[in-house]
Amino acid sequence: MIPAQFDYVRPTTVEEALQAIADGGEDVKVLAGGQSLIPVMRLRLAAPETVVDLGRVAELRGVREEGDSLVVGAMTTHADVLTDPLLARYGRLVVQATETVADRQVRRRGTFGGALVHADPAGDLPAVALALDAEFVLAGPGGRRTVPATEFFVDYLTTALEEGELLVEVRLPKLGEDWGVRYEKFNRVAQAWSIVAVAAAVRREGGRIAEARIGLTNMGSTPLRARATEAALVGVDVSMETVTAAAAQAAEGTNPSSDLNAQADYRQHLAQVLTRRAVAAAVGL
Amino acid sequence: MTRIDVRVDGVSYQDEVEPRTLLVHYLREQVGKVGTVVGCDTSNCGACTVHLDGQAVKSCTVLAVQADGCQVTTIEGIADGATLHPVQRAFHEMHGLQCGFCTPGMIMASIDLLQENPDPSDTEVREGIEGNLCRCTGYQNIVRAVQHAAAEMRGDQGAAGNGPAEPAEAHTVAAPHVAVQA
Repeated sequence: MIPAQFDYVRPTTVEEALQAIADGGEDVKVLAGGQSLIPVMRLRLAAPETVVDLGRVAELRGVREEGDSLVVGAMTTHADVLTDPLLARYGRLVVQATETVADRQVRRRGTFGGALVHADPAGDLPAVALALDAEFVLAGPGGRRTVPATEFFVDYLTTALEEGELLVEVRLPKLGEDWGVRYEKFNRVAQAWSIVAVAAAVRREGGRIAEARIGLTNMGSTPLRARATEAALVGVDVSMETVTAAAAQAAEGTNPSSDLNAQADYRQHLAQVLTRRAVAAAVGL
Repeated sequence: MTRIDVRVDGVSYQDEVEPRTLLVHYLREQVGKVGTVVGCDTSNCGACTVHLDGQAVKSCTVLAVQADGCQVTTIEGIADGATLHPVQRAFHEMHGLQCGFCTPGMIMASIDLLQENPDPSDTEVREGIEGNLCRCTGYQNIVRAVQHAAAEMRGDQGAAGNGPAEPAEAHTVAAPHVAVQA
């Protein structure tokens, strides 16, 4: 199938893009890499009146350093992420998760910001952004505002973006050498969505765990944090026993769906297993 | 209608397209590049893979208007006159196809992979072409073909390389109908 008819606008600046969104009528869709939006439009699950293509808004693409943060432009492609020297140094969890996104061709077109705004709980990057306490910079007619990850993901495919707003960039904390990271993904076949995945970043101080951040993919209608496991890991000696005990709490407070791939209780089991593996790998066990 | 200016397999085209036209439909129906095929229609199978400014993309999931100002290379544009591209030749020599429907996409994805990794291992080839499905499941010889092409493109054909120089043996004797015929 091909998409229903729409008006096409291709701005070259954020200001022009905001104007195009404001002028676009009732149903406006913003086109980033199109790797989710175009299939959805082809299936006629979306039939926007206007499509605003950000492909030529150069200021939205790229990664820069600002003090203790990395700032990733919304239109930075997954392929850009995989070859970026700053992310290779300070954003390895993002890189690891991005390596598992779809396939080579999709990673050429798909964007970091698009994947986050799409907010599919089975997507790989939302859980990473949540685990890292990313901050989302949104531009709108009234100026810019910053939304923390805990408030950005509102529900299934729903974010805190208001009508007329645009995600311009995402701020991530730089994780230095004292952090170990691991994205552990469980899926059935290559390029399939995660049945469950776990994003772990753990900071060690000597033989102890000083801080742990764990994001869960596909364990509810939004990405979630495994808060009980995080709390249980703080201050413990690094060993398989302590990691296993903490990981046993990974499914607490989750509400995964049941579908053709897995029942909810199986997903909760997977969350514990994958959390154990991810944390163990992150601390070098 | 929106005016686009694209270069396809080295030839410039200025065309009017509807914004909703998919790149694969533009290539096939307006430019006549029917070597690029539509497989799954859902951006899974990779049969429609072409290069957009040198990078492999699924042309069923790109709008023609997004290719405005870009260079598109299809399976029809990679041979040098009558001389096949090394990856095309390797698919032929290694029997890297059965029905052939996935082949244009497999070859375009493989060329993209080899630009990035000129000497991929078996696993790296399989990961590199994970976005391309062969429903005949003839992956063994596809992997061999990619490695064979890689060796040739590196200029060390005859050197050990990663890939064997012969197609895989076909173990058809195990199939009952073959046994009956024998």
